[in-house]
Amino acid sequence: MTTGELILNGIAAFLTLCIFSFLYRDNPFYKFAERLVAGVATGYWTILLYHTNFTDKVIEPIFVYGQWYYIIPSLLGIMMWTRFSRKWSWISRYSIAFYIGISSGVSITVYLYTYLFKQLQATIATPITFDMAGLNMFLIVVAVLSALVYFFFSTPHKGVLGGISKVGIYVIMIGFGAGFGLTVMGRVALLVQRVIFLKDYFVVLFGG
Amino acid sequence: MKILDKIMLIDRRWIYLAIGLAVIIPAIWSFEVPVTVSPEVKRIYDFVDQLEQNDYIFVAVDYDPSSLAELNPMTEAIINQAFAKNLKVVIVTLAQFGPGMVEEITSRLAANHQKIRGVDYCFLGYRPYPAITILAMGVDFRVPFPADYYGTPLDSLPVMQGIKNFGDVKGVIDLTAGNTADFWLIYGNGRYGFPLAIGITGVMSADYYQYLQSGQLFGIIPGVKGAAEYEDLVGFPGRGMEQMAYQVIAHSVIILFIIMSNVAYFATRTKKDKMGGGAL
Repeated sequence: MTTGELILNGIAAFLTLCIFSFLYRDNPFYKFAERLVAGVATGYWTILLYHTNFTDKVIEPIFVYGQWYYIIPSLLGIMMWTRFSRKWSWISRYSIAFYIGISSGVSITVYLYTYLFKQLQATIATPITFDMAGLNMFLIVVAVLSALVYFFFSTPHKGVLGGISKVGIYVIMIGFGAGFGLTVMGRVALLVQRVIFLKDYFVVLFGG
Repeated sequence: MKILDKIMLIDRRWIYLAIGLAVIIPAIWSFEVPVTVSPEVKRIYDFVDQLEQNDYIFVAVDYDPSSLAELNPMTEAIINQAFAKNLKVVIVTLAQFGPGMVEEITSRLAANHQKIRGVDYCFLGYRPYPAITILAMGVDFRVPFPADYYGTPLDSLPVMQGIKNFGDVKGVIDLTAGNTADFWLIYGNGRYGFPLAIGITGVMSADYYQYLQSGQLFGIIPGVKGAAEYEDLVGFPGRGMEQMAYQVIAHSVIILFIIMSNVAYFATRTKKDKMGGGAL
């Protein structure tokens, strides 16, 4: 590790400990690190957007390559800024209408295909057979229907409907449980990554 | 006050301290944890493994440094596998803080495998608005990315000769920590129909298994455990496998706390019920 890397990693280690200090209680070190992250992130993203959007989608096409039709989307973008004026804010509606119109046209069919048709097809079209795959399919159908029944509030959950609804809540709880376990794994991974980083840094610094 | 009442009133900072100490143990005494490979992870490995030399694979690295703990191991394992098999790799990032991180990973792994930028792989860079970028790449990679991350026009890169859009790649693997997985499902797999697999954070995993069952995804690498499984398959042990020892200790402590708090909760609740106090 070079001296430069050692210094940079030292700063990273210090900031990591600053953030961890919040676990004890709020303090100036945590506040400093938190605001530094927010400031750096905002600055970085602003410049990134300038270079990846404004430069090559507005400045270069119009002023370097003479593709004047790029003025139209640029104007639509500028019209969005009229939202800041009460008098002229109506102009922004044209940009918003254009944006929503385009995105609705593009999105509605693929959303339906991805989230509805393909999912329905997978639930309905697979045959229930007398093996593990069939049992899995049976459980999926039972779980989907009972979870849906749990959210059906037009009739009181009594008798058969009450029983199915109870199965539904167990299905939902199993889903939440799986999600919780995986979330814990994810959060621990974040902690572990920082602990490994600190360990590696201190090993380099002090030897070991 | 009895011990169970004390457990119910324990300061949460003692729990933080216990977890903190728990994850320090493997840092001092490291040990290996055997991993069992899941079918959904194996399917991605098999998919990449059966590709021929010089076939194209598209890797989307759609996460920020805040998620690198879970996702970097899987990104590195997949790129390692692709480079080892002499596949052509096209890489993109749709995460705003991704470019620097992806550049570091690709450069390092390329150097390890003696791969040349622009010849064996291409890093397209970053564009905002994932849906628009994915739709545009489905037409031609050159629409959203006339040049690669380093400013070299795509047409002048040998690796991009004869490759136009997703129709020319064998499959797409998206490694993501956010809703870009949905964008790839909707505007990628849904619109263009290419084979899609995802590597995701543990938090997201439970939400995406239904797409595996429906065939919209051919594989999922869930969280750091999935990453460890993939590293095991590829034969490049990395941070994923290293983290498993820490995960085992941390999870054991968390499970212990859950059991303790539940025992204390039910015991004190029963006592309060008898006293007419009702549930807590």
